[in-house]
Amino acid sequence: MNLYVLLKMVPDTVEELNVAADGKSLDSEFLRFKVNETDEHALEQALLLKEKHGGKVTVVALEAPEVDDVLYTALAKGADRAIKIPIDQVRLGTVATAQTYAALFASPAAPITPDTLVLPGSQAIDDLEGELGAHLAEALQLPYLGVVCGVKAVDGKVLVQKEFAGGLKAEFEVALPAVLGIQSAEKPPRYVPVAKVRAVMKSAKIESVELDAPQQQQAVELDRLYKPEVAGRAQMLEGSVEEIADRLADILAERGII
Amino acid sequence: MSAVILVLAEHLKGALTDITFEMLGAARQIAQATQAQVYAVLIGNNVSGLANQLGSADAVLVAEDTTADQPSAEVVLAVLQQAWTQKQAGLALLGGTNVSFGLGARLAARLKLPLVNFCKAVRVQDGSLVCTSQLFGGKILSDVRLPDGRGVLNIYPGSFPAEAGKSNRTPAIERLTVPAAEPKVVFKQLIEPAAGDVDITKQDVLVSVGRGIQTQDNIALAEELAQALGGAVSASRPVVDQGWLPMTRQVGKSGMTVKPKLYLALGISGAPEHWEGMRDSGLIIAVNTDPKAPIFDFAHYGVTVDCLELIEPLKAAIEKKRASK
Repeated sequence: MNLYVLLKMVPDTVEELNVAADGKSLDSEFLRFKVNETDEHALEQALLLKEKHGGKVTVVALEAPEVDDVLYTALAKGADRAIKIPIDQVRLGTVATAQTYAALFASPAAPITPDTLVLPGSQAIDDLEGELGAHLAEALQLPYLGVVCGVKAVDGKVLVQKEFAGGLKAEFEVALPAVLGIQSAEKPPRYVPVAKVRAVMKSAKIESVELDAPQQQQAVELDRLYKPEVAGRAQMLEGSVEEIADRLADILAERGII
Repeated sequence: MSAVILVLAEHLKGALTDITFEMLGAARQIAQATQAQVYAVLIGNNVSGLANQLGSADAVLVAEDTTADQPSAEVVLAVLQQAWTQKQAGLALLGGTNVSFGLGARLAARLKLPLVNFCKAVRVQDGSLVCTSQLFGGKILSDVRLPDGRGVLNIYPGSFPAEAGKSNRTPAIERLTVPAAEPKVVFKQLIEPAAGDVDITKQDVLVSVGRGIQTQDNIALAEELAQALGGAVSASRPVVDQGWLPMTRQVGKSGMTVKPKLYLALGISGAPEHWEGMRDSGLIIAVNTDPKAPIFDFAHYGVTVDCLELIEPLKAAIEKKRASK
């Protein structure tokens, strides 16, 4: 199989997020980026498919802070090829990102063959314009499913499991080539030691593919970004852990829970 | 402003889902300010019987699709496009749920209109529709303006009251034909969740663990605390993705919706997808080292210590309290 995994960097929400002076973007000063969580599952699912059915895994990303580390880590985990498009991902909305990837897949650098699966993560925390996989599938005119939690190749097609709610899933048969938004891989994303990543950094190369920048960075008219005004706020309990534990036990007793 | 709003009625296993009524309520709110007509679009196999529950729409457009139990995305998109053109619609509301996942973006791409994802609130302002979305796991909000109110909205579950979208009125019904669509994605079957050891939806007390539990071994500590409280252990998505607990214990969007008397969240940040599954819990106590974690915005009590340090003292305090009664 010809497997493409799309990796995207998103702000790490463990850090404090602040709105920049323009009121329409995040303040980059304290922003730390990490790879989108479902993208890591997309990579794992691709590696599992390659191990089972053979083929080639190509990881693709746009330019973003710390993205080289992420691409090298993917190579260390078993990806065969890494491509970086030198267009700033952070400024692009999802529609423009999808257009950029559509241009990549129309180029000889990354052709869509009949056995191709394009695997973005199912969603990202900054998907204001919608999911990348859905927009990309439309741009490429390919079948699409999101919230995918399992993929098996059978007779030139794939059997795909998608999550609904309450633990309910559904199985679909999807013709190739296709775009699948991966929510969770069949196994947790694998770990790779830092030493191996360092070794790969010395031996492997990230290919650069130049593409025209999309004409419009954002598809929506953004008025402003702002921090939510908190309607309710938990009553915070202070003190030593023993004092807090006693206070919680009192609360639970008052409520008749214990 | 456009005079017609479409709402995609969402259903699963023969029943309309809550989000359908939330969307109808939201559509009615917009319609009141703009004198728009609201059409519910109901697509699927043997769905006509559900139409009479959609009385808060001005009319229901029904497309019977006998090809599969779950209508394929291609069929839904083709019917929505047909309804859009026929009714000269300007706005479509779809569920920001796993069932309707991706349809909004694809519809918007086909209509060449903007999509606003994660939409939690809407208001009409100076002839535009302003849509508020929650981004970055609920840490930042955005206001997007749809000029002339034209676009597609993915409505975030739990954002609008479902009651506002319910009515005893019998709606007018119009039939739509189902356009032939090439079946590239074919529904095969529903897969019911494996019967778990514990049904977390039936527990009065849940001790729920997130990333802050750190290792699989530490889940045993949470189990002990749950036992002391007479409850069970549930989890947020990252813990289940790690394979530390089965999916039957997962609370949230893809997992279970729970309403225990006590929801004790240990090391859970409280992303919107998690909130969806536990927001109606009676008493929410959150323990998280990050004082800015979103869970403190909707918990009743909060503690900013490492949950691993609190488990033992809390268990002891509970046992002491029980013994003193």
